[in-house]
Amino acid sequence: MNVLGPLWLSVQLALVTTLVLFVLGTPIAWWLSQTTSRWKPVAQTIVAMPIVLPPTVLGFYLLILLGPHGAIGSWWVQLTGNALTFSFTGLVIASCVYSLPFAVQPMQNAFEALPRQTLEFAWLQGATKLDAFFSVAAPMSVRGFIAAAVLGFAHTLGEFGVVLMVGGNIPGETRVVSIAIYDEVETLNYGAAHQMSLLLLGFAFVVLLAMFLVNRRWSAR
Amino acid sequence: MSTVSSLVPRLIPLQHTTEQGSFSLDIDVAIPAKGVTGLFGESGSGKTTLLRCIAGLEAGSDTDTRAPHERGIGYVFQEPQLFPHMDVRANIEYGLKRAGKARLETDAVVKMLGLGALLSRKPGDLSGGEAQRVAIAAVLLRSPELILMDEPLASLDQRRKDELLPYLDRLHDELSVPIIYVSHSIDEVCRLCDHLILIEEGRVVADGELHAMLARLDIPMLAGRNAGTVINATPERHDSDYDLTLFRFSGGELLVPGKYDSTIPNMRLRIAASDVSICRTRPQKTTILNVLPADIDEIQPTGSSTDLVRLAIGDDFLVAQVTRRSVTNLDLRKGDHVFAQVKSVTVRR
Repeated sequence: MNVLGPLWLSVQLALVTTLVLFVLGTPIAWWLSQTTSRWKPVAQTIVAMPIVLPPTVLGFYLLILLGPHGAIGSWWVQLTGNALTFSFTGLVIASCVYSLPFAVQPMQNAFEALPRQTLEFAWLQGATKLDAFFSVAAPMSVRGFIAAAVLGFAHTLGEFGVVLMVGGNIPGETRVVSIAIYDEVETLNYGAAHQMSLLLLGFAFVVLLAMFLVNRRWSAR
Repeated sequence: MSTVSSLVPRLIPLQHTTEQGSFSLDIDVAIPAKGVTGLFGESGSGKTTLLRCIAGLEAGSDTDTRAPHERGIGYVFQEPQLFPHMDVRANIEYGLKRAGKARLETDAVVKMLGLGALLSRKPGDLSGGEAQRVAIAAVLLRSPELILMDEPLASLDQRRKDELLPYLDRLHDELSVPIIYVSHSIDEVCRLCDHLILIEEGRVVADGELHAMLARLDIPMLAGRNAGTVINATPERHDSDYDLTLFRFSGGELLVPGKYDSTIPNMRLRIAASDVSICRTRPQKTTILNVLPADIDEIQPTGSSTDLVRLAIGDDFLVAQVTRRSVTNLDLRKGDHVFAQVKSVTVRR
């Protein structure tokens, strides 16, 4: 229980985050792939920021923003009566920001690789832009979606610094597996740390291997 | 049903201007609402840009504000744009489902384009010619008001071209939807088109009915290798000893190598200007089979070594490419009776 609890929480967090990223990231990726706006480099930079920023920097700003006196946090307190910091919901929001580029970039790459004329043909065949996206662009970008899901999921699973800053270490609420491992090592409880680390190691290997195998099968067709 | 309006051919206006860097397009022309209009010009002359403007794919001064999906345009790209995740049947029915109306039956179109055996294949398993036929079927089933074809044969090798051309002939013969056919091959134009628009550097140079356009001598684009006319003729009988078919046209008879079906009236014969020569008197003992009495209708001095001479034969015209020196030596003048020697005739359809 001591081992599986944090792991299960991590998986839950990664699943919810991946789902949210699909909904939010797809339109962002589509816009970035299609736009000729001069603001595109700026937007791309903002999306890519979490890749280069230390998680502590990101976590620090998110802590301020999501805190009971922060812009988003105070609004959330008014709305629900609860604070966002040190809560699962707060972790989801932080994880979405943190993992955004890992979901957006594979999707954007896939959308940019779509032949322009194939989309134009879909429109000329009577499809609205939305219809053409779902009937042509999305099915042709399946590999991009798979990569986005795997990377978003895995990256969220592996996050540490941001969670520590925003979520703290509340069992069942914010004590995800990476925090739990750190905790066990701190208290010199290497046995539990080993168990969780090995599970995570194996899990990461299996997930990534599965993605590469799927990709290889798709490209072989 | 012979009302006045049905006697006047309906026209579709095309008015488009756009700027792309140093290139500008400024088109104001009308095409017949029936038959195939050839859009002929060199690469870079703006043919594709004009098609994209008509389809609503290009920003420009367009009075039509409808989005591409609302325009009822069928577009056959040079490279067929099929959806790789759908099989052939789903591809050809994509537009049909969205059109809401069906002017043609799927089965009829499948038969017309010979797709019966391909329906469950994926686009990745089709040859270039097959893929283009699927794209054409998809466009037809979308029930468009106007079909745009952007050099649909250009990406195919000669064998695939020969394979696809008969299907394009059938489109021409069996459909009432107007087609704009972009090409830089005068042979394709002569075979498939009824009307011709010549375009150069984004401007219309000339436009008109195909036979009349080809008989014009004043258009540089139709001089040189492109010079020559098309006459309509009906195969009458085949001489099996020599494998020659006798064609009859308004100005007489022409012998053409090969066997042609005499049940098809009005086949198109293409006679290149370089294959026509002029004699003052009827030539005796010549290897040329086709010698036709003709009247000189017009002589176009080019200023260079060769002149173009238009010959009237019956209701048809031939164009002859002759040296300026010969024109002077034989003292050829408008209205003279002469004999045209036709070295070679190509049956275009």
